[in-house]
Amino acid sequence: MTALAVEAEGLVKRYGAFTAVDGVSFAVRDGECFGFLGPNGAGKSTTIKMIACVSPVTAGRLVVGGFDAHRSPRAIKGLLGVVPQEDNLDPDLPVRKNLEVYGRYYGLSAAEARANIDESLALFHLVEKAGAKVDDLSGGMKRRLVIARALVHDPRILVLDEPTTGLDPQARHLVWQKLRLLKSRGVTLILTTHYMDEAAHLCDRLVIMHRGKILTEGAPKALISEHAGDQVLELRVEPGERAALLDVLSGGPGVAIEEVEDIVYVFGAGEAGTKLAAAAGDANRVFMRPGNLEDVFLRLTGRGLLD
Amino acid sequence: MSAFAIRPDLSPGAYRVWQRNRDVLLRLWKSEFLAQLVEPVFVILALGIGLGQFVELTNGQDYVEFLAPGLLAMFPMFAAVFECAWGSYVKLEMQGTYRAVVATPVSVDDVITGEILWGTTRSVANAAYILLVATVLSPWLSMVNSPWALLVVPAAVLPGVLFSAISICFASVARAMSQFSYFFNLVVNPMFWFGGAFFPFDQLPAWAQVLGWFIPLTHAVNLYRGLLGGHMHASMVVDVVWLAVASGFFYWLALVGMRRRLVE
Repeated sequence: MTALAVEAEGLVKRYGAFTAVDGVSFAVRDGECFGFLGPNGAGKSTTIKMIACVSPVTAGRLVVGGFDAHRSPRAIKGLLGVVPQEDNLDPDLPVRKNLEVYGRYYGLSAAEARANIDESLALFHLVEKAGAKVDDLSGGMKRRLVIARALVHDPRILVLDEPTTGLDPQARHLVWQKLRLLKSRGVTLILTTHYMDEAAHLCDRLVIMHRGKILTEGAPKALISEHAGDQVLELRVEPGERAALLDVLSGGPGVAIEEVEDIVYVFGAGEAGTKLAAAAGDANRVFMRPGNLEDVFLRLTGRGLLD
Repeated sequence: MSAFAIRPDLSPGAYRVWQRNRDVLLRLWKSEFLAQLVEPVFVILALGIGLGQFVELTNGQDYVEFLAPGLLAMFPMFAAVFECAWGSYVKLEMQGTYRAVVATPVSVDDVITGEILWGTTRSVANAAYILLVATVLSPWLSMVNSPWALLVVPAAVLPGVLFSAISICFASVARAMSQFSYFFNLVVNPMFWFGGAFFPFDQLPAWAQVLGWFIPLTHAVNLYRGLLGGHMHASMVVDVVWLAVASGFFYWLALVGMRRRLVE
């Protein structure tokens, strides 16, 4: 049996009359990367804030690293590295000093933290910036520094709230590489994201949240097979032509059809879909592609805007 | 933990917060510090010598001697207010510093206690500096007349805690930087003018004296007046108790305010 990094049962968070997290249960295994996906306002950040003991649990059971979140928030905070959504670096201190002062909050002297700080700065390509002012860093550098800061006390569990939001592709891929490296060293990663490629790239398992509840849970590939099918057919044809084409496809086991404005999505069409796409020959009108997490996400959480 | 809990949740983290502020000051001391050193000297010269020539007190005391305890109370009050009102709000809302710190094993109570200790440190250092200036100038301007004056430094701890805590209380309910003008104009400035620093209370009507008793600065001024002149008096015990009780109350209120603000 694998040990659990986090165990939650019937977790609830209410702000006055508003229920942000409505009785969710999940378990994060030691050493895995576990993701929370969901549209804005789904409750994923709130859930992760409860795990980090920044936001107290309203009801339910939450155990992090063997400690109860109701009773031992200080002990849990000492175990975790936290990457918040906003870059709340200390602008009054230069880059390296930011990490030293932060390490001190975990009870580490500058000497004790030195090796970790050196490594974190090197890992995130910030060594030349060690003496720079935080305000002079680019957005990508600030984000990298926030992640480096979360590593000063060598945490076994890293909690990341939208780690790559606002980063350019180069910085995003760098962060992904480093997170995979940390995972290979045995660090448990818990993250929220609304980038599907990020979730597919990093997460061993994930949950999709919507309106405070968990809709589904599983490995990205399994979720795609289950909810979107391995292949998805996109038809960009006039409403008049649709009926004939869809007749060919519908009725098969597990086939689902969704019409969204000018596109028709056919999930789980299998062989028939491939043939149809080949016969149509026009990739601009009929297009077969692998299913992805975005399909799963949109099918489960709907296409309406949520804020 | 309830937001209204009486007993603070403290750890060595409070000291780490204090250390953070010290480190920042040591980096910025040239811009933060030097300008502050000259101001009390100017004020002593302008008010003590300049204005003092035209002021005759009923007890025959030099105005500069009357004024010295007031300056010893006022400048440290401003030091605490700047650290813990504006400084605290910036770290709370604009820099996100507090939220970053409370994600570590340092609690909200640690943060606020550390901030108040820091405001107190600045305040006491400021009082010590003004005492030094007043002592150096004493051969020419009679301001420090008793070895008891040395006790001003430890005594400055209480008003330091009190004004720091009051400032944090306001920062914890402020919604915008612009609201600090209310705090400054309705709380700090009236204390500055009416806290017994510029004119003696004993000539005022009874109601004004009663009102004065409720102004925190008054008690710091009374205390320092006794110590600088070496006139130890039983009423100074009342001043100490008043300041201690008020400090305790506003410390608790500052914790409550910031727990409500920082615990989501």
